Amino acid sequence: MSGLQVDGITFRYAAKGPAALEDVSFRVEPGVFCALLGPNGAGKSTLFALLTRLVVARAGRIEVAGHDLARHPRAALAAIGVVFQQPTLDLDMSVWSNLTYFAGLHGLSGRKARCAIEAALDRLSMRERAGEPVRNLNGGHRRRMEIARALIHRPAVLLLDEATVGLDAASRAAITDHVHDLAAHGLDGHRPAVLWASHLVDEIRPADQVVILHRGKVLAQGDARDLAGETTLAQRFLAMTGEEREGASGAAGPVGEGATGRAGEAAE
Amino acid sequence: MSGWMVAMRVICLREARRFLSQRGRFLAALVRPLVWLLVFAAGFRAALGLSIIPPYQTYITYEVYIIPGLCGMIQLFNGMQSSLSLVYDQEMGSMRLLLTSPYPRWWLLLSKLLAGVLVSILQVAAFLALAVLFGVEIPLEGLALLVPVLVATGLMLGALGLLLSSTIRQLENFAGVMNFVIFPMFFLSSALYPLWKMAESSPLLRDVCAFNPFTHAVELIRFALYGQLNLPALGWVVLTFCLCMGGALWGYDPGRGLQRRRVR
Repeated sequence: MSGLQVDGITFRYAAKGPAALEDVSFRVEPGVFCALLGPNGAGKSTLFALLTRLVVARAGRIEVAGHDLARHPRAALAAIGVVFQQPTLDLDMSVWSNLTYFAGLHGLSGRKARCAIEAALDRLSMRERAGEPVRNLNGGHRRRMEIARALIHRPAVLLLDEATVGLDAASRAAITDHVHDLAAHGLDGHRPAVLWASHLVDEIRPADQVVILHRGKVLAQGDARDLAGETTLAQRFLAMTGEEREGASGAAGPVGEGATGRAGEAAE
Repeated sequence: MSGWMVAMRVICLREARRFLSQRGRFLAALVRPLVWLLVFAAGFRAALGLSIIPPYQTYITYEVYIIPGLCGMIQLFNGMQSSLSLVYDQEMGSMRLLLTSPYPRWWLLLSKLLAGVLVSILQVAAFLALAVLFGVEIPLEGLALLVPVLVATGLMLGALGLLLSSTIRQLENFAGVMNFVIFPMFFLSSALYPLWKMAESSPLLRDVCAFNPFTHAVELIRFALYGQLNLPALGWVVLTFCLCMGGALWGYDPGRGLQRRRVR
């Protein structure tokens, strides 16, 4: 299996506390855009912490590009590109310096690093901003830069945790389109498996794989189109997570945005 | 260059660049020991008579006595400053980025430590140069030995900071470090007064000072300045480094409770 496989992951922050994740299993094949859909507090960020080995679970197994994360963490981490929910940029350093630092953390230096960084910047149309301090970039460009950074070492698995949070509609659409394009057409011939954590239904296309996570459990998974059935994905999501009232009143605004159309319509 | 060394190099470069861009931090790192040297030492000079104790061959002025202690103080503050920046990194998320590098966690943390040591040695060098300019006599024969000794003491104090950063969750808690770590370590040591002087007022306090690893770091620096290696002090420094580093690695272990608390 060369994409991402999660098998029976159960995780508790405290030994006797409630399970933050319970028996979570799914797989994402190379070239597939998989949306991990869940309301706030569903366990998405905990799952990302586990996938990036910031913490380890005592039960279950995670395999990245064929490498068991527990047994071969180095090989598995080398195959992961990640964009965390919280920005992880050094604002006082230039775009280029930030990227060089990251390339170095993955053991890339000299010409190899330079070529990889230039390619990643070109892909996100950020080449002309390379010399600017990150502080000068707007939120959308900072996110694009973080995605460019996650691609420098050509990862087999790309993880994005709420990558569009806090961005305006245009930036959100641009980033969502770009990541869909990455999964579909790949990086220089190889197509990464993409795991996109979000609570925004309108970022999901009908052909995307969807894993619905709620209170630490996988409620459903499959194609967005199939999951939506005769209704819309947003309505289905709200029905499953029991937040119809919130959605109707507008408190769950982002989910409500997609609730007006079918999953496919929302994305198109 | 191997990938391991590339990772270490970028971590050190980032730390050095960050330090050089923070002029206030550089200035504070120099002003603090200079105030002690030029103001405090001048006042204490008359009050505190010093006898001839190793490694000194003759009577010395108080300024000469506290130079090693002030070098240690620079490294102590720098170690805690690095610890503070690690807590900041954790809050800002850049620690996550570091820890998702495919290189082993101990290597990444050791690289962070070495980066801090590099910065502290730059500060000590600048301080010693200024002390000479102000007329304090510093023996030149010990400078070659001083560099490796400062690496050892810097690693010990940096590892202590790393250990603290693995237990502190929020930046606000850092003020406690000042009160409960920096001040007691500095004042309960041989940095400002020799231990025999301390014993005159309280044998218990002398014993506490003799147990304090910072005392041994200062003594290691003091002897190195005169070209001598104080092996017992080196032993204490290495032992303390191993304990603190072991504790820090435990604290940053992804399977341990401290890390679990932090990612929430």
